[in-house]
Amino acid sequence: MSLLLPLLLSGVGLCGLWRRADVYASLTRGAEEGFRVLYRILPALVTLLPAIAMLRASGAMEAFSRWCAPLWAACGIPPEVAPLILVRPVSGSGAFAAAGELIRAYGPDSLIGRTAAVMLGSTETTFYTVAVYFGAAGVRRTRHAIPAALVADITGFAVAALSVRLFFPD
Amino acid sequence: MALSVIWTGMVTCAWIFGLFSGRTDAVAAAALDGAAEAVRLCLSMAGALMLWNGVMELLRAAGAAAGLSRCFRPVLRFLFPEAGRDPETLSALSANVTANLLGLGNAATPLGIRAAERMARGRDGIASDELCRLVVLNTASIQLFPATVASLRSAAGCRTPLDILPAVWLTSAVSVTAGLCAERLFSRAGGRTT
Repeated sequence: MSLLLPLLLSGVGLCGLWRRADVYASLTRGAEEGFRVLYRILPALVTLLPAIAMLRASGAMEAFSRWCAPLWAACGIPPEVAPLILVRPVSGSGAFAAAGELIRAYGPDSLIGRTAAVMLGSTETTFYTVAVYFGAAGVRRTRHAIPAALVADITGFAVAALSVRLFFPD
Repeated sequence: MALSVIWTGMVTCAWIFGLFSGRTDAVAAAALDGAAEAVRLCLSMAGALMLWNGVMELLRAAGAAAGLSRCFRPVLRFLFPEAGRDPETLSALSANVTANLLGLGNAATPLGIRAAERMARGRDGIASDELCRLVVLNTASIQLFPATVASLRSAAGCRTPLDILPAVWLTSAVSVTAGLCAERLFSRAGGRTT
């Protein structure tokens, strides 16, 4: 298992050399792109993480999770991830902040931490994507695109909770 | 706009709740801790995220994207029978799906937009079924390797950040399928305009 990452890196490098790609330049170009992602995400995190931390410290988060608990229980979703679910379709950096906070607070290998990670990794910022695509294509009547996309999101949240229980039964 | 309301609502809720539960000190401390935590989080995941992005970019440069996108053409021709007849739309579509799969979101969006523009042509601003399907495909994330999530987990001290991959794949597959089925269903319910 510990060999996986080194093997992957050298495998990708060898494959690049064989296909005559500029291995080193591609790696640094990609890393630069990653840096740009962080640069864009940091201001949003600095704004959103205090708000989330304040909600948690005030006890509002707990109360809110308790009120909605029957709803989440019906879908098999741990109530603690509710903030992530609510913010996910609206804001990518908000979802990132919410998931990061859950993973840190409950631990990356906890049920809640894993569920948050899977939810973040398998859904998208639906409303942003819809706005970008239809805006660029000049579409005014979006018809059933948003309802269908939200069905995909809701299914994703429920299946994320289910699959974490399935793959990590302890 | 939505975020402005959400943010203000969260902060206001926090102090009102804190007042009632007598935790105003904790709320005040949490505000500054949260800001410091944001910077710490970014720094601790920066290395992993940049390395993964580099690896993905190298894979793309080595032709993995082109190979993958060839594999997807038959599937896409089935999903987009009308747009698939235009070779340029089809190639933009398959490049869009492949870039999404490799987690290269910044590369995927312009490609998807190019396909969407071509599909919306001459439709008088009304989304066709296939355009709705393209949007569903892009809003339900299909990612083979979610680098950001993996970096987030390693930053929290996880030794095996990739052990969630099977769960992510299963979840993405089911949610994309559900979205595409919903698209079919709602299109029939709402009456066709294509």
